[in-house]
Amino acid sequence: MSETLVRFEGVRKTYGAGGPAAVQSLDLDIARGELLTLLGPSGSGKTTTLMLLAGFELPSAGRIMLDGRDIARLPPHRRGIGVVFQSYALFPHMSVAENVAFPLAVRGVSKHDQARRVAKALDTVRLQGLGDRRPAQLSGGQQQRVALARALVFEPPIVLLDEPLGALDKALREEMQLEIRHIHQRLGVTMLYVTHDQAEALTLSDRIAVFEGGRVRQLADPRRLYDRPADAFVAGFVGENNLLPGVVESREELDLRVRLDCGPVVDAQAVDCGGAGERCLVAIRPERVAVAGVTAAELGEGALPAVLTEAIFQGDHVRLRLALGDGGAILAKRPAGMSALPEPGGPAAVAWPEGAAFAFRPPA
Amino acid sequence: MGRGVLWAAGLLVAAFLLAPILAILPLSFSAGSFLFYPLPGLSLRWYRDFFGSDFWLPALWNSLLIGGAAAGLATLLGVPAAFGLWRLRGAARAVVLGVVLAPMVVPVIVVAVALLLAFGPIGLVATHAGMIVAHAALGVPFVVVTVLASLEGFDAVQLRAAAACGAGPVRAFFRVCLPQIFPGVAAGAVFAFATSLDEVVVALFIAGPAQRTLPRQMFAGLNDSISLTTAAAAAMLVAFSVVLLLVVGWLQGRARR
Repeated sequence: MSETLVRFEGVRKTYGAGGPAAVQSLDLDIARGELLTLLGPSGSGKTTTLMLLAGFELPSAGRIMLDGRDIARLPPHRRGIGVVFQSYALFPHMSVAENVAFPLAVRGVSKHDQARRVAKALDTVRLQGLGDRRPAQLSGGQQQRVALARALVFEPPIVLLDEPLGALDKALREEMQLEIRHIHQRLGVTMLYVTHDQAEALTLSDRIAVFEGGRVRQLADPRRLYDRPADAFVAGFVGENNLLPGVVESREELDLRVRLDCGPVVDAQAVDCGGAGERCLVAIRPERVAVAGVTAAELGEGALPAVLTEAIFQGDHVRLRLALGDGGAILAKRPAGMSALPEPGGPAAVAWPEGAAFAFRPPA
Repeated sequence: MGRGVLWAAGLLVAAFLLAPILAILPLSFSAGSFLFYPLPGLSLRWYRDFFGSDFWLPALWNSLLIGGAAAGLATLLGVPAAFGLWRLRGAARAVVLGVVLAPMVVPVIVVAVALLLAFGPIGLVATHAGMIVAHAALGVPFVVVTVLASLEGFDAVQLRAAAACGAGPVRAFFRVCLPQIFPGVAAGAVFAFATSLDEVVVALFIAGPAQRTLPRQMFAGLNDSISLTTAAAAAMLVAFSVVLLLVVGWLQGRARR
């Protein structure tokens, strides 16, 4: 891991006396040059964490180190951190160029240098030639680019982005995700990105911190987060997952046999799970679930009998909903255009490769 | 049919509101010397009288001086008050707003008596400074109300954005907030000026002979001798008011753009 730029040390934030903590004892390092995403549902503490670093909230306890200096009590305008807001927060009475020049003007940069750096920043976000427009004359995506240019132009050590694409439509959002990723790679600037959209987090990030209930549940790179979630919350929040409740029948090291509540007994890898007799959740990604319109015996050893209840065509893939055992349900995904589907209501079988099922402690 | 009735009612109300003003204006152009119709002829003699008189002219200057200074002072006090109120929430906001708006609600005669009693011992009665302070107090609520209204359209996140750009609170206010609420600030200042311009009760109590404003002088003029110069003075006040109204309308149009 490279050099640490920002370090949260035991940071805690409570609103009002005795209220619940928005952020509970946070320890988090941001490495210089990385794009770290804080991912979580609303109210999980991710935005509060960003606001604490920006200086718009003061921590109730703990230290926030930037380049080895505790900035937790410094007012926001003395921190020198760039921020991009969800609502863009452009200054409507200024032109695009004046907006981008504002951080430079505040710092007393000469007019000549301002013009040069503004042109460069607008170039970076591919808005060259639009400097004379007013923000209101730009589209939402262009406005967000201006906001990004304004946060980058004074070359801050870190840029914070608070759900910056939340107000854009899907196609534009995906384009901007890649654009932000490319700008990050090109400039090498450290970025802290907040979103509730797990697909966005997977697309963008070097590392992702999954927040829930004011805590970091898991901090990992996107691949690992998806393939090896640390607990049932992460397994359910990042990507789609089947979470089947059951009871551990036997355990040998990490190899479990679990009797699902709906009947079948399956193998699973223990991740965060007790021994025999303990309740657990078995997680299986829908895309790992193979479905065949045959009986379980024909699909091979370990296949489970199921009944296809619904097939939803989604263009590039088909989502299959199947009834499993006694009152259980499982979701499978497979690319469209593959072999013929079983008839809804007809007999089917499901199976998954060895090592595709993980077991977690159920959330309290 | 229904529309006709509405139009008739509307015109009647407009006539009721405007008739007294429309009645006094032609009299100021009368060639005669008395307050009655029909006019014996048209002339500008009363305007000549007004601008040549050392009874009226100093009063006009007093009105402009006191009104301008009071509007400036009310703006200096009212804008920060409105900004602070805008950032307040809950019960504290309601209480502070009530206190700030009190001069608008409390009968002016009560304010006038209180000011006379308060200004006496500190030597502010019969001074320009006293009149300016008194009229500023009456004007502040208008500034606060108009500025608060324009702050409702201002996105508070912009202040955070300004801070993230490195601007301290003072610079953020002057560079980011003030330019956007400026039409409201200017409208508030105009309202404060207009308040001072037609204020007569406080002037009766605390203005000395050297601070007499135009309305105060009209009051005196009516008591002493009924001269049609009073009608000319009234026409001047009406003209001022119309101009101020147009200015406010123009500012509000700008604010909507």
